[in-house]
Amino acid sequence: MNAQPIGAVSGDLLYLNGVNKTFDGFKAINNLSLTLAKGEMRAVIGPNGAGKSTMMDIITGKTKPDTGQVVFGASTDLTKMDEPAIAKLGIGRKFQKPTTFENHTVWDNLLLALAGDRSPWFTLRARKQKSEEEKIAELLETIRLTDHRHRRAANLSHGQKQWLEIGMLLAQDPELLLVDEPVAGMTDAETEQTAHLLRDINRTRSVVVVEHDMTFVRALGVKVTVLHEGSVLSEGTLDHVSADPKVIDVYLGR
Amino acid sequence: MTRLSLTLTPVIIIGVAIILAILNLATPATSALHVSDFVVGLAGKYLCYALLALAVDLVWGFAGILTLGHAAFFALGGYCMGMYLTREIGARGVYANANLPDFMIFIGWKQLPWYWHGFAWFPFAMVMVLVVPAILAAVFGFLAFRSRVSGVYLSIITQALTYALLLAFFRNDMGFGGNNGMTDFKDIIGFPLNRSSTTTALMVISAIFTAGAFLFARWLVGSRYGQVLVAVRDAESRTRFLGYRPEYYKLVVWVLSAVIAGIGGALYVPQVGIINPGEFAPANSIEAVIWVAVGGRGTLSGAILGAVLVNFGKTILTGALPGAWLYALGGLFILVTLFLPKGIVGTFARRTGNDAALPTAHEKQGLAAIDGQTADLAEAGADIEDGEKTA
Repeated sequence: MNAQPIGAVSGDLLYLNGVNKTFDGFKAINNLSLTLAKGEMRAVIGPNGAGKSTMMDIITGKTKPDTGQVVFGASTDLTKMDEPAIAKLGIGRKFQKPTTFENHTVWDNLLLALAGDRSPWFTLRARKQKSEEEKIAELLETIRLTDHRHRRAANLSHGQKQWLEIGMLLAQDPELLLVDEPVAGMTDAETEQTAHLLRDINRTRSVVVVEHDMTFVRALGVKVTVLHEGSVLSEGTLDHVSADPKVIDVYLGR
Repeated sequence: MTRLSLTLTPVIIIGVAIILAILNLATPATSALHVSDFVVGLAGKYLCYALLALAVDLVWGFAGILTLGHAAFFALGGYCMGMYLTREIGARGVYANANLPDFMIFIGWKQLPWYWHGFAWFPFAMVMVLVVPAILAAVFGFLAFRSRVSGVYLSIITQALTYALLLAFFRNDMGFGGNNGMTDFKDIIGFPLNRSSTTTALMVISAIFTAGAFLFARWLVGSRYGQVLVAVRDAESRTRFLGYRPEYYKLVVWVLSAVIAGIGGALYVPQVGIINPGEFAPANSIEAVIWVAVGGRGTLSGAILGAVLVNFGKTILTGALPGAWLYALGGLFILVTLFLPKGIVGTFARRTGNDAALPTAHEKQGLAAIDGQTADLAEAGADIEDGEKTA
């Protein structure tokens, strides 16, 4: 990895520099540096234990790094903030295992995710609003769940849950989406639709996708970062990293 | 969470209370229809338990907080009322001292401690009934939820909380009557407590408060706040990544629930005529959880039903076979866990297609509660493992 200048370059949305995180003596993240431009979509791949999820945890405030910089936008230091603060800043996260509110309807899941005041004082007095209903209807179209809007999330198929969670992410109106294995457990057709959806989202927002499915990564057609043992092993187009001997050695070749 | 139960529950509660009141006051004691003071008193007591059960269901059913210490708030509300009733005795005590309660004279105190001032005035005491449990709940909840203590760990510290208060209130120098507590009350705002009209009025007031608390709880869980609360119960970390602060959501319902429990305790004391540290006993809090489990967790009306039914059973059984009650209670808990995991109302609502907002993930796993806790533990374990694996 080339040495990065200290401080984010203007135009960068996310900037990680020299990040380290150790769990019980195990280096999960090892001097990781990564830059994401505004409006960019990036695919992150790597074998199990490469540090992909820990990286997501660090960006979203779930885990605090031992050392290193994590900067969002011009100068917001994410290491000093907790999860709700980072979420309000405009970073949305989709979990590996689809996590929706099982007892709520599809509609209510989206309603609770809609950008807005998050305080109990507000939600105690909140009433249905026309603007909210319009936004939700629009989101339902995007994630193709309009016909399922009154069903409880618990009763959705796995693929539908994945889509609902992406819809909830969009409802937050974030600037950056972190998407962890969005096509796990999806059919080929669903996978293709998801790639299409993410490319669509990428028109207005920046996206980081962690994925194992190479067909899907190819369908996204974006720059790929390969993680290995907590740091960046290779970066470039999928063809470029696939041809990289280091990558073949640790990941594709095994 | 049916619309039907929204109107039916308060109507039944208040209706039955009024019928009992009429049959008590308007029929001669010789009539076959006459309802004795004893029965009216029992009904009033059950309604106070129903308030405690509602409080437990709010936090357990809708926020996933398995509280094993809610009787502490009930007892604190009771003590506030007890302090008022004690001051109301005035010079009619054994020592005929209008300024100092008997038990203080007995332990040689010369003047009223500062924290007893104002309790002779009924409105002040009633405000304290709400404020004292609220303050304890706010401090405890703030510390516990901010530190992200949850699951079994939280249950254990709620149990420790009520046990600590039990020990504290046993001490004479706390100034609350030590292990004897407070009793021998004479009247409440001028109405003699031994008169059947007072007993009946207290029972009807308890019914009104129970119905009111039920409607308030329904409004609360039906609001968007309530939706977020259920979301916190089912997927707490998801709410955090959406920008919600679950600790504040839990804190609000926790404090409101403590206030409802406190009101229950305050109504309980004039009807049973005594308050002592025994009300803080950990077993009382656990019993309240069983009422809710029997009636149906997360249904609110089930909490009321469970409290009344289980306590009715307790009255019958302790009369017939005094030693058997604890075995029966334990057996009931096991039976409900095995065969009626959603409780009476939960099961019924499901049959009629009105599904209560119960945790689906736990549906098939016996009693949602205990399971929820173990599932949380397993999840926590898996999280740690995940961290290590990703690492």
